[in-house]
Order: sequence, then structure tokens, then C-alpha cells
Amino acid sequence: MRNKKRIIAAVLVASTFAFGLTGCGSSKTETADNNATQTEDDANTETTDEADADTGSDLTGSISLAGSTSMEKLCEAMSESFMNKYEGITVTAEYTGSGAGLESLAAGSIDIGNASRGLKDEEKAQGEVENVVAIDGIAVIADKDNKVVDITSDDLGKIYKGEITNWSDLGGEDQSIVVLGREAGSGTRDAFEELLEIKDQCNYAQELDSTGAVLAKVATTPGAIGYVSLDVVDDTVSEVKLNGVEPSEEKIKAGEYMLSRPFVMATKGEISEQNDLVKTWFDYIKSDEGKEVIKNVGLIIPD
Amino acid sequence: MNKVIEKTAKMIFLICAITGVLAVVSITVYMFIKGTPALKNVGIAELLFGNVWKPTANPPAYGIAYIILSSIIGTFMAVLIGIPVGLLTAVFLSELAGKKIATIVGGAVELLAAIPSVIYGLIGMMVLNPFLYKLELLVFKNKPEHQFTGGANLLAAIIVLAIMILPTVISISTSSLKLVPGNIKNASFALGATKIQTIFKVIIPAAKSGILTGVVLGIGRALGEAMAINMVAGGSVNVPLPFNSVRFLTTQLVSEMSYSSGVHRQVLFTVGLVLFIFIMIINFILLKMRRRDVMTNA
Repeated sequence: MRNKKRIIAAVLVASTFAFGLTGCGSSKTETADNNATQTEDDANTETTDEADADTGSDLTGSISLAGSTSMEKLCEAMSESFMNKYEGITVTAEYTGSGAGLESLAAGSIDIGNASRGLKDEEKAQGEVENVVAIDGIAVIADKDNKVVDITSDDLGKIYKGEITNWSDLGGEDQSIVVLGREAGSGTRDAFEELLEIKDQCNYAQELDSTGAVLAKVATTPGAIGYVSLDVVDDTVSEVKLNGVEPSEEKIKAGEYMLSRPFVMATKGEISEQNDLVKTWFDYIKSDEGKEVIKNVGLIIPD
Repeated sequence: MNKVIEKTAKMIFLICAITGVLAVVSITVYMFIKGTPALKNVGIAELLFGNVWKPTANPPAYGIAYIILSSIIGTFMAVLIGIPVGLLTAVFLSELAGKKIATIVGGAVELLAAIPSVIYGLIGMMVLNPFLYKLELLVFKNKPEHQFTGGANLLAAIIVLAIMILPTVISISTSSLKLVPGNIKNASFALGATKIQTIFKVIIPAAKSGILTGVVLGIGRALGEAMAINMVAGGSVNVPLPFNSVRFLTTQLVSEMSYSSGVHRQVLFTVGLVLFIFIMIINFILLKMRRRDVMTNA
């Protein structure tokens, strides 16, 4: 009996202890984690340094970026691989939105302003230079048996707002349209809705949480329509032309396909006028390693 | 020497026992710490009773009422279908089936329990959704105001969940039915009752508490399922009607956690907290029932 009491007491003590630990420990563990990854990164850098000794790793300092939330994936991937190569340089990125990023750049509080759109004239007038580092392209897809191969961007917006609900309205068969899309917070959804100017007015029949799921559902649901990153479209679905233009890298680079947007890393003044750190950053983006990163996050490399 | 071994062994047992307690306590604390800020930032009423979910809009709307409602209705309907089927299967297994058939059915039920939920989801997606889409086209033939979902709807989730809770209900009910003493049964027969009369008037009432345990465990399973529902239910936030695409508490977390940030992310933790509290309530009921059971048996 006494033993039992003791065990119970021990459990109670332990649980209060746990309470205390979790109560104030969350930030502590994070720092510990960061340290761990940092040392890992350091180790990686050393090996790369040995591999190619001519990298300019004597540079030290930090580069600050701020802006578009849509560019988070690209920035994280790019800065991770960049910091692996240049151990002395720290890249910090904040995701405050394109407009806010360019404002901070104009105010001089950051080095690079990220924008997932072209710069406006008044922004250029402030001396900001548009450096397009990547292009985001979105393809509209329908199931294989769909007869509609060309949609105007107006009609596409109406489909997603729920104003057009039958393919017969677009010259197809009498078949209801099943409107598929991505979940809130997805970069693809963000870009799609923004470019069609239907942000948060969409009425989705299904919200799927991955590109693969959208592809699979469109392929298996008669009458379905969906959107995915350009680079993942395969032959299980049919690509829909937009305003008569087929989605392809060439058309996007020529500026003819409307469901695409530039990812801009704006600088105040030309790149050549920037400090060595920023120059190194842009050199890295344009290098083969940088291009690899851009491709890996599903974006198109500009000419 | 022996004393040392005894003591270390005891310590090891104690440490093992504490691990579980530690996990439960820290998970609870974590969920409350992470889940409560959004209640303050968004407002309890707006969050829990608002029915517009537009986390990325400007201004954003974080109402999860439809999501909570979908979870409750989906689970309730699944249980409503799953319980009678499960209970009757259990009666069949324990009272009516011959030894051979009982082995086959019992084995099948056990296999059903072992199938991972992603497989249920996959089959639901490939078989159930297309079938329900045909049904949807029939039911809403001349109603253009209905948004066609391609068969991914609440009904699909309910059917999948109902099948998924069967093994839990069946196995627990079967064992409690088997525990009903033979003399009660024989007394019923001696009074001239038929077999079916005996089952419904004597055996099932006698095994009531065990069957209820199965029901509650089934509810818990249905409420906590994420994978299968994510694959078949469509995932748009809508009023939980049979042919509407819906989102459950669990799928809400699964689908939006990866790209969320700021208040959106905080709200997702609150969704997790709501789910956690639901599960806690279910388990509390279960605990109460078991305790009562022990007392009445003693």
C-alpha cells in the first residue's frame, strides 16, 4: 500500500515536471534545433569548400530579403542551398507581401524586395530595378474526354466563381462542371486566383491538398476542371488553352499566356551597383546550381 | 545483490509507466498552449460559430462552425449505420452461426480491422466517388443551382466511416455477448421463448454495457479518422448535407497545415484543440461506463 502511494506520488511529480518543461520549453528546443542544423550546415559547407576551393567563401555578412508570400518556397530553397556554399553569409527572408517588401526596399531597410508581379511605374520611379529570377506558370486541365479545348480567361473566372456550371455553356457536352482547386494557403491557388482577379471569390467543389491529388481527381472525374503547376501536367489529363494560347514555356516567356507571373527580386539600383554580398547572391541564382533550385521548386527559368 | 536487481527492475517499470503519463500530459499542455491564442485573437464566438472559412482573404474569416458540424454529423451518421450492422453481425457470430461460418466471418472482421485507412480512402476514391457521382447526377438532374462535386461528399465519408468502425463494434460486442451466462439463456428458453425472442429480450439487454463500450469506441475511431476522409469527402467547407463536399476537423488540419502561417496557423491549432476536446469527452464517457460496469458486476 505504501509502495503504491509512492508510485502515485512519483507519477504526479513527474507530470508536474513535464508541465513545467513544456510550459516554457518550446522556444528553447527550437533554438537547440537551429543550432543543430547550423552545425550540420557548417559541416556541409566544409566539404563543399574542399571540393571546389575557388568559391569566394571569404565573404561574410548578411543579406536581407522581404516580400511576396508566394515566393517563400523559392526563397527558402535558394537561401538554404546558397548558405550551404557560402558559410560566412546569412540570408534572412521575411514574407510580408509583394507591396510591403518593395516599400521596405524603397525605405532602405532591406537589400532585396521580393515581388510576385512586375514592378509598377511608381516603384520603378523610386529607383527600384526589376530582376526577374523565375517565372511561375499554371496550367488549366480538364478530363481527357472533355471536348472543350479553349476557354477565355473571363469564362474561366466565371467557372470558378460558380457562374458557369455546365460545359454546354462553353460549347461542350451537356455535363456539369466539377470545379477542383487547392487548399487555402497554397501558392498555386494564390497565383491562380490573383491572376484571374477572383481572389477569395471562388466556389470550389473540392479543395485538394496536393498537386498530385488535383491531377488524379481531374483524370478520374468526368466534367472536372482543375489547375496545377505547369511542369507536372501529364497525359492523363487534357490541357486547356487560355484565350487561344496553349500553356508552354515558350508562350509564357513570350508573355502570351496569361496564367503566369514573374518572381522578381528587386534591388534599389542595378545589380552592378550593389554590394558584393548581393552580387554574389544574384550570381548564384544565375549559376547552374541556382537554376537547379528554381527547377526543383517547379518554376520556369527566364532567359 | 538481489536487492539491487529488485530495485533497478522496479525503477525500469516505473520509468516505463511514467512515459505514457508524460506523453498524455505534455500533449494536453501543448494543445492548450498552441490552441488558445487564436481564441483570443479571433474571438471565441467568431471562431466557433462563424460559418465563413476564408483564411487568406482580406479581411480573413476564420469560422469553423461548418467544420465542427460536419465532424459531428458525419460521425453520428456513420455510427447510426455502423452500429446496427455491427451489432447484428456480433449476434450472428456469438449466437447463430455454426462453428465453421463463425470462423470465416470472424476472420474477415479481423482482417477488416487490419486494413490501413489509406486503403479505405483509395477504394472510396476509386469506387465510391464515381458511383456517388452518378447518383448525384440523377438526384440533381434538373437543379443547376447545386454545385456538382464529382461524388466526393459527406455521404462518401459516412459510408467509409461506417465500414471502418465495424470491426471495433463487432469484436467488442461479440465478446460481451459471449459473456452472457448460459443459465439466463436457458431460463428464457425454458419459459418458451424462441431463439430470436431470447436474443432481443434477454441476451442483448444483458450485454448492454459491453455493447455500449463498442459504440463509444466506434465513435472515437470515426471522429479521429483523417486519411480516408481526406481522400473521399471533397474538402471544401460547406454545410454538411449528403451531396455537399465537406471538411472535417481532422482533414482541416491535414490539408492546410503545410502552407499556413500567422493567425491561420493558430486557428488550425485551435481546430486541433476542438478535436482533442471531443476525443477527451468520448474517452471520459467510456471511462465512466467501464467504472459503472465494474461496480454492477461486483
